[in-house]
Amino acid sequence: MAGSTLEITDLHVEIEGKEILKGVNLTLTGGEFHAVMGPNGTGKSTLASAIMGHPKYEITSGSITLDGEDVLEMEVDERAKAGLFLAMQYPSEISGVTTSDFLRSSINSKREEGDEINLMKFIKEMDESMDYLDIDKNMAQRYLNEGFSGGEKKRNEILQLMMLKPEIGILDEIDSGLDIDALKVVAKGINKMRDEQFGCLIITHYQRLLNYITPDKVHVMMQGRIVKSGGPELAQRLEAEGYDWIKQELGIEDETIEA
Amino acid sequence: MTVEIQQLPYDKQYVTQYSEKRNEPKWMTDLRVNALEEADSLPMPKPDKTKIDKWNFSRFTHDVEGQAISSLDELPESIQSFLDQDDKEDANQNLIIQRNHSVAYSALSQNLKDKGVIFTDIFTAMSEHSELVQKYYMTDGVQSNENRLTSLHAALMNGGIFLYVPKNVQVDEPIQSIFWQEDLEAGLNNHVLVVAEEGSTLTYVENYISHNESEETFANIVTEAIAKDNAKISFGAIDNFAHGTTTYVNRRGVAYRDARIEWALGQMNDGNTVSENFTYLMGDNAYGDAKTVSVGRGDQKQNFTTNIVHYGKESEGYILQHGVMRDKASSIFNGVGKIEHGATKSNAEQESRVLMLSKDARGDANPILLIEEDDVTAGHAASVGRVDPVQLFYLMSRGIPQREAERLVIHGFLAPVVKQLPIEAVKNQLREVIERKVY
Repeated sequence: MAGSTLEITDLHVEIEGKEILKGVNLTLTGGEFHAVMGPNGTGKSTLASAIMGHPKYEITSGSITLDGEDVLEMEVDERAKAGLFLAMQYPSEISGVTTSDFLRSSINSKREEGDEINLMKFIKEMDESMDYLDIDKNMAQRYLNEGFSGGEKKRNEILQLMMLKPEIGILDEIDSGLDIDALKVVAKGINKMRDEQFGCLIITHYQRLLNYITPDKVHVMMQGRIVKSGGPELAQRLEAEGYDWIKQELGIEDETIEA
Repeated sequence: MTVEIQQLPYDKQYVTQYSEKRNEPKWMTDLRVNALEEADSLPMPKPDKTKIDKWNFSRFTHDVEGQAISSLDELPESIQSFLDQDDKEDANQNLIIQRNHSVAYSALSQNLKDKGVIFTDIFTAMSEHSELVQKYYMTDGVQSNENRLTSLHAALMNGGIFLYVPKNVQVDEPIQSIFWQEDLEAGLNNHVLVVAEEGSTLTYVENYISHNESEETFANIVTEAIAKDNAKISFGAIDNFAHGTTTYVNRRGVAYRDARIEWALGQMNDGNTVSENFTYLMGDNAYGDAKTVSVGRGDQKQNFTTNIVHYGKESEGYILQHGVMRDKASSIFNGVGKIEHGATKSNAEQESRVLMLSKDARGDANPILLIEEDDVTAGHAASVGRVDPVQLFYLMSRGIPQREAERLVIHGFLAPVVKQLPIEAVKNQLREVIERKVY
């Protein structure tokens, strides 16, 4: 079986009355890794946040379904329970709540009451995942993201991804602000997730992450739409030539949503 | 302009007889009588932005006996929950339980006795260590003539403890008091006197508890914590008087040279409350840290002042006040950092935050810095707001339902005090009280 299918159809999204996404179409099937690329200000992060149900974004038309179920009808926690996960570009700091307690609550929220994860099993899994991501064990007892460096926050997002094992992972600029060593570690964690079930949407405006994670498909966003799709070779061409050739090909002068 | 207080049914004769019945030293009888005489001419306290003229300060029963217990197992569940749960008698070796106005249980480990530590109820302390108590009782900390309620406290004091740690003695294990107002109308004029001599350290934690929902009474509490040169006091408390109790509580710390006083106060009363927590940093390099958390619910009105006053050079004062307001509760949080002239290179920091869970609740955070010296550093942060929707989004995006996500944020917000309380059972107790008050 090939996992879940996330289907986005003609999605229009506004923030404070201003349209950001102007008809996005995208289908992601379990087992596939898709990269969404594009310059800054073209709507990539809005797409990620809108899929997860960020309170600031309003969906004005279009649909998002997961295995045919209407995602837009679900509360944020229900989307997570249905199998979606968003690794955030700017994760919130939650004072007074330890990373470990938060992770355990998250795991248990997806399980039936009375079937909570065994504490020893949880600690073992967390220790293993932290080792795998070269995370200092102290992080488990630190308050969630409070005082974390940029790199620690990103690793913590991937730690959560590995522990929560969603059907579909959406990674919003997971590579931003990382040095090359941290980037390799984060990529290692994401690659470990790869199997026939797991689908992943990797949002980035740098090609460099894709040196370590090979996408099955690459989409380019401009002006709030996906304007071009292709295979891994598209990412390589973007790395070599930038975005200008696409703009010329499509007759786009200003690629941002302001246009 | 003073607020008129309802006439109290206690006169000079009553106070004298009460003092004699308790076999108090003469200085105490005199102090009571003088305080009572002064009371009429003193003004009521004037908490900023909180009207207290309709509050009950006079209807309470002054002298109610409570039954002694021979074993901690005799306590009801609601009181047992404050105790260290493993092998109770062994784990709770330094414990006083005051039931109404009597001592129900009193223990101090042989080890601490051998080191000269004194931990007794205040009446025993006066009969056995009269001079020592007299030296510190309402002298350096709270004065009886500060206002009408402090003077009435002095006149009518009817409970409390004395904790004394001699010079250079380090007490690692926490020392605990439980003040249990079992009688629904018993009014507590409790006096807690904690003295850490030069170079000593101690950790003390206290619990106030009552169950009077509709029965009215008044708690008028004074705490004095004296840290001599290079001494360290960690002071934890959970106040949990029920709805019927009006509370006026003064917790006052005095820190001399190189001394430290750390407060962790869980102010969880359900009735109207005025709470003042002052720390005087008298000596150079003295350090004061005052953390307080509270939850307001129902129609209760509360006024919290945390004030650190710097006299010593290079003294440091840190204030943290976090409050959660629901229903129609109303609270004022005043954080005051005062640096006196001459307290050079001192640092005064404070943070006051209020989380509003209901549109009918009211919360004010007033950060105040009063600085009379140039060469100092100071800072403050204050906010009043709702639970951050972006924080909720983050937690919910991991599958945590909204209610649970809010719960995590609220408990996290109040964690600074929970974290600092010294006994696991007391930490849990505060978590449970928070849970009960928030939901």
